[in-house]
Amino acid sequence: MTTGKLLLEAKGLKVSAGPRTLIESLDVSVQRGELWCVLGPNGCGKTTLLHTLAGLRPAAAGTVTLKGKSLADWAPGELARQRGLLPQAQHDAFSASVTDVVLLGRHPHLGRWAWESEHDRRLAHAALKAMDLAELADHDVTTLSGGERQRVGLAALLAQDPPLLLLDEPVAHLDLHHQVTALDHLRRLARERGRAVVMSIHDLNLAARFATHVLVIGPGRHLHQGPMESTMNEVVVSAAFGHPVAAERYGNRNVFVAD
Amino acid sequence: MARALRLWLLLALAAAVTGWLALASGSVQVHPLDVLRLLAQPDASSDSQVLHALRLPRTLAAFGVGGLLALAGALMQVLLRNPLADPYVLGVSGGASVGALLAMLVAGSALAMQAGAFAGALATIVLVFALAQRDLSRLDTTARLDSAPRLLLTGVMLAALWSAVITVMLMLAPEARLRGMLFWLAGDLGGSEAGPWPLLLLAALLLLAWPLARELNVLLRGTAAAQALGVPVVRLRRYVYALASLATAVAVTSGGAIGFVGLVVPHALRLLIGNDQRVLLPACALAGGTLLLLADTLARTVVAPQQLPVGVITALLGVPTFIALLLHRGGRR
Repeated sequence: MTTGKLLLEAKGLKVSAGPRTLIESLDVSVQRGELWCVLGPNGCGKTTLLHTLAGLRPAAAGTVTLKGKSLADWAPGELARQRGLLPQAQHDAFSASVTDVVLLGRHPHLGRWAWESEHDRRLAHAALKAMDLAELADHDVTTLSGGERQRVGLAALLAQDPPLLLLDEPVAHLDLHHQVTALDHLRRLARERGRAVVMSIHDLNLAARFATHVLVIGPGRHLHQGPMESTMNEVVVSAAFGHPVAAERYGNRNVFVAD
Repeated sequence: MARALRLWLLLALAAAVTGWLALASGSVQVHPLDVLRLLAQPDASSDSQVLHALRLPRTLAAFGVGGLLALAGALMQVLLRNPLADPYVLGVSGGASVGALLAMLVAGSALAMQAGAFAGALATIVLVFALAQRDLSRLDTTARLDSAPRLLLTGVMLAALWSAVITVMLMLAPEARLRGMLFWLAGDLGGSEAGPWPLLLLAALLLLAWPLARELNVLLRGTAAAQALGVPVVRLRRYVYALASLATAVAVTSGGAIGFVGLVVPHALRLLIGNDQRVLLPACALAGGTLLLLADTLARTVVAPQQLPVGVITALLGVPTFIALLLHRGGRR
């Protein structure tokens, strides 16, 4: 593990989908211990941005570096030990047990001829427990509900255990309790184990509660970013979503209410 | 790993027993103990002649073709992420059939027929690859669907085209050739001169596919998830397409369009032993070979001295077994 705190850095990053430019130019740096929430309306480019930051698609312009090395220069297997991505809702065509799916997260850590060891199984089991799936360990993923499947995906990412975790709407299908416990687990990974988390999320209140930093993608490719407290306010959020949002103080945190 | 070894050993044992049975039975019965003796030390007896000149090559061919079909089926299902895919889903058997029938119409020799079948299969493989190339090699991880549907549709369309061409050829064919053609279309190992070649290719393809088996497991989770876990998705897809197509081409050239093995064997094994490709691929090769060998032995013994096309037997054996398995497992869930 490198001692530097800086993990991910984008400079002049342009993100586009087909002929559409979604983000003109993004400069952002993500340090260990930070939890970033990416906020913005549908189709503003959150998914495309996350996939670009993960190195799954090339940047339209600009550079993305991980630990100071351009994403394109990482070998796929090596990169998979440095960053993980939870894609939006996956569908499973074939039956597989929950444990087996979570064990796939260990793939980048195994040599070509290696089979999962006891160590890998322990990590997978811990990930299952963290996502409250221990009782479903032997179930078939195709029989699970949408939220349970989402937690299986999260558990696989936890088993992969990369320093940088990129998540595309990780709590979209989860119930209230599991939304809070999943995000709490991610926050602890960032705080206590020096991981960095970047996720897209639609729930402003969860973002306000768990994020250390936010990136708000507004209309006209207008970006706001910075520490959550100073960046996330009524004006920025209302403008981004094109809908009036009021902020109220609740205890020691802000609560956002849509008009 | 230990579980996998036990399973493979069990399947290999079943294959050996089936092979023994196949060598002993036929219009001339050879005593099972004589089979072993004659295999080790061929002599001038007629039993030895039958065994070495006829039954051994056919047994090897049947096992090899069955293994290739099951392996191709398992790989196609992973490539297309579709449990209903079989080795012929992309039109390879149609192309081979057109080539074989054309050769039968023009020349009529067995060699010309096999050359025609292989050429037709290869032409289809190249054509599908060229038409779907853009989708096979593009990596759009943010797309809702992966590229598989378009590859699938390209293959299905081509298969439909071949089927129309086959119908025209059957209509125009002289009466005397028709029977041979129908036999070939139903899948038949009677005229096969492939001998040990399908089996050797099966071993080679299995050795090429097996090291990638864990990556195939990951690929089943979808394009984005696989790429994020470090699997080079585009390269892997092309490689798997090439392996599965080659297996299908050789199988169909050796035995005609034998159905159901490529669909039923991977499925049945998945239901029984799970979907880890590291265990599944070798198991498919063994079980597919055994099933086709059994079917071929039945095909040449049930109405002896008449022979049935083996494709009919695989369908008659495979379909009820498969449906029973589906219902049984479905009920338990």
